[in-house]
Amino acid sequence: MTGSRTVSLFVPCFVDQLLPEVAVDTVKVLRRVGYEVEFPEGQTCCGQPAFNTGYWNEARPCAEHFVQVFKHADVVVCPSGSCATMVRIFYADLLAKSPLREDAIALASRTFELSEFLVKVAGVTQVGATFPHAVTYHASCHGLRELHLREEPLQLLRQVSGLKLIEMARSDECCGFGGTFAAKFADISASMGNSKAESIAATGAEFVTAIDPSCLLHLQGILGKRQSRVSTIHVAGILAQEKS
Amino acid sequence: MSTTPAQRFLRDAAEKSADLVHRELIRRGMESYDAAHLAGRARIKDWEAARQKCQEIKREAINHLDRYLLQFEEKVTSRGGHVFWAANGEEACTYVRNLATRLSVRTVVKSKSMVTEEIHLSPALEKVGIKVWETDFGEYIVQLRDEPPYHIVTPAMHLNRGQIAKLFREKVDPGIDSDDPAYLMAAARRKLRQAFFAAEMGISGANFLVADAGVLAISTNEGNGRLCTSIPRIHVVVTGIEKVIPRLEDLAVLWPVLATSGTGQGITTYSTLIGGPRQPGEVDGPEEFHVVLVDNGRSQLLADAEQREVLHCIRCGACLNICPVFRHIGGHTYGTTYPGPIGSVLTPHLAGIKEFKHLSYASSLCGACSSVCPVKIDLHHHLLQNRRNATEAGATKSSERLMFRAWRSAMLHPRMYALGGWSMRKALRIIYGLGLAGSILDPMRVWNRHRSPVPLPSESFRARWRKSLGAN
Repeated sequence: MTGSRTVSLFVPCFVDQLLPEVAVDTVKVLRRVGYEVEFPEGQTCCGQPAFNTGYWNEARPCAEHFVQVFKHADVVVCPSGSCATMVRIFYADLLAKSPLREDAIALASRTFELSEFLVKVAGVTQVGATFPHAVTYHASCHGLRELHLREEPLQLLRQVSGLKLIEMARSDECCGFGGTFAAKFADISASMGNSKAESIAATGAEFVTAIDPSCLLHLQGILGKRQSRVSTIHVAGILAQEKS
Repeated sequence: MSTTPAQRFLRDAAEKSADLVHRELIRRGMESYDAAHLAGRARIKDWEAARQKCQEIKREAINHLDRYLLQFEEKVTSRGGHVFWAANGEEACTYVRNLATRLSVRTVVKSKSMVTEEIHLSPALEKVGIKVWETDFGEYIVQLRDEPPYHIVTPAMHLNRGQIAKLFREKVDPGIDSDDPAYLMAAARRKLRQAFFAAEMGISGANFLVADAGVLAISTNEGNGRLCTSIPRIHVVVTGIEKVIPRLEDLAVLWPVLATSGTGQGITTYSTLIGGPRQPGEVDGPEEFHVVLVDNGRSQLLADAEQREVLHCIRCGACLNICPVFRHIGGHTYGTTYPGPIGSVLTPHLAGIKEFKHLSYASSLCGACSSVCPVKIDLHHHLLQNRRNATEAGATKSSERLMFRAWRSAMLHPRMYALGGWSMRKALRIIYGLGLAGSILDPMRVWNRHRSPVPLPSESFRARWRKSLGAN
């Protein structure tokens, strides 16, 4: 696909502000498998919150800004299936009449979610990680149904030394986050989150992991409120762990 | 002040999503559906190819709806049937009511039909003193309870057998002394058999209208559809215009795919084709045969190239069954004829975007619906389009519009964005430090009602990158 050894990091806005470890771990993993990492500092948000709420006129300039910031990147990697989906799947519609449409479509084809990039582009499943814990995997919706990433994250997790992967029931059912859905329909969102928390608890795992930090932010809150002993960790967080 | 559909939805959703007994009942129902559906799909050699074929058939039908409907009409009228084109629900109800009055109908038996729910046909007939019997077992139950169907395929899935036995004791026969399903069905059957033979008019819907053969196709599991359409003197079909398909041979794939998606069956127990009134020399069938083709907003959707494919829907219910929102709030919470993902996409088109836009937002956009739709309607992306249409129609709150404008300004200026993020974390740390999480001063109080507070790191990623990480 591309022979470049430099990747441009696309850090979702809420990861930048609330979960910086996820991006730090992403940098660690990418460097460990031999890539140079750039972080274009002009980046802000891909526009998804406005787009998903129906405010396409507000989302469009953000998307154009994003395209301007990244259009010279060889390859863009993002530790979120949802934000990668925004660029890959929705920019073509959102920017259908924009002068940047062609750039956006070209950029979409060079933008990848982290596990997708590692497995499909870099051709790596063994990243030299150690994580001696019982872990259960939640298949985040956008990664699964928009980017069709079912096996890639699991392929990476199966290679992690010491990691015991336990499958949860209905691992592909939505956790209930859904962006502004979590605020507009807080009760439904929380109810879905609690169902997911029950599935997680039933596995006996110490950690629940996913490729989408937004699901994990929501689940961390739900599990916290339930005083659950299960912790959330992004797939990048697991892959970044080395033998101490 | 009267309650809007959106307010009622929020209230009912809060109540139902906290109702663990309801959740457990639906979960069990859906789990048995899931198992049957998966096994059913496994029987079809190439499920994806079958979906593809169904999508192509429906696309062809919808793109040439005018031609296929006329072809259907011509065949039906040539056999002595009548076809009435109803622009809306009121016209359809008036036609059926006038027909019933003219032919001195006192009793009507109905087989399951969502379109008649959509246009409120039963109340229109009851108003002029006609007794209407729902004859599908689930429909019969919800009719006795005076409530709408909970689900488009399984109308009474929200009730357990104990509740049904109690209902029957009150409404059907005080002597009911068991909640055994076969016993309860036998009790209903005794009543319904009398109704079938008393009724002068049978009303059915149609799963498909076959254009080239000029027949309608009905799928039922209880045989009530056949009794409704063959015993009474008059048969009236009430159906949406989008139900037409080009060719009889299309049923070879549509029938099994509908059955598989609806219940996991290879084919429904009774698959019936009906083409008109009793012909000379035939021993049974109705003397009069009427088809009411209901538009009721469908033409408008047909004119919308972006969302036209929503008319492909064959009402199998698969999107309801897989929907995590449906599983948590149940069918009645939607407050619409069609609940679940298809209802949330369709209702704003049929009943108004201002009143029903909230349904398009009541989804986490997980896409499970689109992944199972047997005619491949891109349901969750249509929800996004509905949201955009609502915003562009000015139907959203002005506070929200202002918020997104401010958000846009910040996102176009990286420094403003970084400063905004830093200030927000700082402010939240102070608020939480004072123990005011969840209070009126907490901008995250809605989040915190059900969750522990979000982490608030002292440094953003970009700050860490600039400080040290980037230099590596």
